Amino acid sequence: MTSQHLNSIKPRLTKITPLALLAFLLLTFVVVFSACVPAPGSVEASGNRRAIQNKGSDTLLNLALAWAEAHQQVDPSIAIAVTGGGTGTGIAALLNGTADIANASRPIKDEEIAAAEANGIHPVEIPIAIDAIAIVVHPSNPVSELTLPQLSDMYTGRITNWSQVGGVDAPVVLVSRESNSGTHVYFLEEVVRLGEIENSDIFAPQTLLMPSSVGITSEIRRNPNAIGYDGLGYVTEHEKVIAVARDASSPYVLPSVETAADNSYALARFLFMYTAGEPTGSIASYLDWIRGPEGQAIVTELGFVPLDAEAEAQ
Amino acid sequence: MTAPRRQLGIKLPTFLPRGWQEFVIERIIWLAGISTILIVALIFFFLIREGLPTFLDIPLRELFGSRWYPTEGHYGLMPLIVGSLVVTVGAVLIAVPLGLLTAIYLGEIAPQWQREILKPLIEILAGIPSIVLGFLGWVTLAPIIQQLGSPTGLTAFTGSLLLAYMALPTVISISEDALYAVPKEYRDSALALGATQWQTTIRVVLPAARSGLVIAVMLGIGRAIGETMAVLLVTGNAANIPEFGVGMFFEPIRTMTATIAAEMGEVAQGTLHYNVLFGIGIVLFMMTFALNSLASRFVGSQTARRRKGQL
Repeated sequence: MTSQHLNSIKPRLTKITPLALLAFLLLTFVVVFSACVPAPGSVEASGNRRAIQNKGSDTLLNLALAWAEAHQQVDPSIAIAVTGGGTGTGIAALLNGTADIANASRPIKDEEIAAAEANGIHPVEIPIAIDAIAIVVHPSNPVSELTLPQLSDMYTGRITNWSQVGGVDAPVVLVSRESNSGTHVYFLEEVVRLGEIENSDIFAPQTLLMPSSVGITSEIRRNPNAIGYDGLGYVTEHEKVIAVARDASSPYVLPSVETAADNSYALARFLFMYTAGEPTGSIASYLDWIRGPEGQAIVTELGFVPLDAEAEAQ
Repeated sequence: MTAPRRQLGIKLPTFLPRGWQEFVIERIIWLAGISTILIVALIFFFLIREGLPTFLDIPLRELFGSRWYPTEGHYGLMPLIVGSLVVTVGAVLIAVPLGLLTAIYLGEIAPQWQREILKPLIEILAGIPSIVLGFLGWVTLAPIIQQLGSPTGLTAFTGSLLLAYMALPTVISISEDALYAVPKEYRDSALALGATQWQTTIRVVLPAARSGLVIAVMLGIGRAIGETMAVLLVTGNAANIPEFGVGMFFEPIRTMTATIAAEMGEVAQGTLHYNVLFGIGIVLFMMTFALNSLASRFVGSQTARRRKGQL
């Protein structure tokens, strides 16, 4: 570099510095200041419109969104923000105080209650709907009936070929949700372990773990060897639903609102919402509305089973 | 070089010393330089603090077991380590030959007008967000691989292909720089001695650029092994140890990065599972650290030798 070159740069540099310094100070100020102000969308949102943070189960996501949307018309003063992520994620958010209502497709675990108590939070459980877990395969798969023990053998890797359950000679590709999904935990307990408490079987290591319901749907619709499970409300026309029997001597039953409600279908469960302590104010009125006739009508609309259907069936 | 003060455009208070700008700027630069080191130290500290219980509370035998199912207390890391290695090796096998050949073409053979078209296109490839590439792979690549006869399209190979394309821009541009840095005299001398262009490239230019090429490969590996979102989408995430052989590339696997990403959201803080996820972070960190020190050592010995005039 020549000295002439240096001379041409230096004055330009010195001219800029005070401005740059000012910008730097301003930037520092903005960053520090914004850190002290609560982010928009947090529970403490400004104004009188208080956004209820509703987070958790992906099984419940569509239902929770439909409820939030319908409730907007009933009472526009309550804003509800719904996010998914899985039951475990929702409950963790409830415990960390970043969610007001946690959606759960399984009952809260003992260690989660312990963690909540440690944070000074008493989770309150509110059943909101019933869900049937559908077993789904590719439409071209000739298999249409399976027993729970057969499903258990498939998911633990004891049955690895479709010909062992009356299908074609092809490897079984197991598809499941990630372990943060409430549906995954339910399936582990009720299908893989057949509801036996002392049974410690777990999913076969070659099980594909999908981060979302969409992942399961897309793998099933394009893979003729795949078998998966999902909430009844999420089954699309590109998937074939399997009739399930409790054991070889029981009848094979397809999942539906009726068979889930009268308990003839083996894989039906309650869905819950959890709040930190007894719900009050807008959260309480929202939950009451969900459990009321209007909220439960939406449950039926989306392919889930309303709470009163069970009482009626018995 | 004593510019008059009014050239600054503002009147300065007379009590400020003359070199105040120098002083302030120097402090800011010093702060910026130090902050990087400070941040790395803090990251390292937290990683160790959160991850250390992994290695203290779980017996090593179990830690290197073959079963990963943390919600039931199976903390075997082998499937995850093997998964990351298989995907990365696959990506390197694709990206390195392709990247080196592209760099040789760009640097030694291509006419100027082709370089001007190709180089910006390669830069664009580097700019594609990994999640977009992952989504494309999930939608388009996985069905193709399944049609080729694999039981499922979500395999290590699918991930390797995506990672290879993510690592390619790094490998190409750094290799090309390395080739560019080889003095023109080397080529001229080789050609003058009667070597063909191919012989010159292979026997003279490539060996001379060797250290730069090693850096390119190492950085490419680093890019591949740390990638998360794309592999989360396309590798199936099955915590499975594939049997050693060519077939291992066509089985679903679960990488260390995908495991951390998929499970960090669910774990309760302070549980063993939480600590183990940080423990995986430590293992990943150690692997990339070993890779980097290997690279710098190789490069260091090369430059030392070159200085002594042995190359």
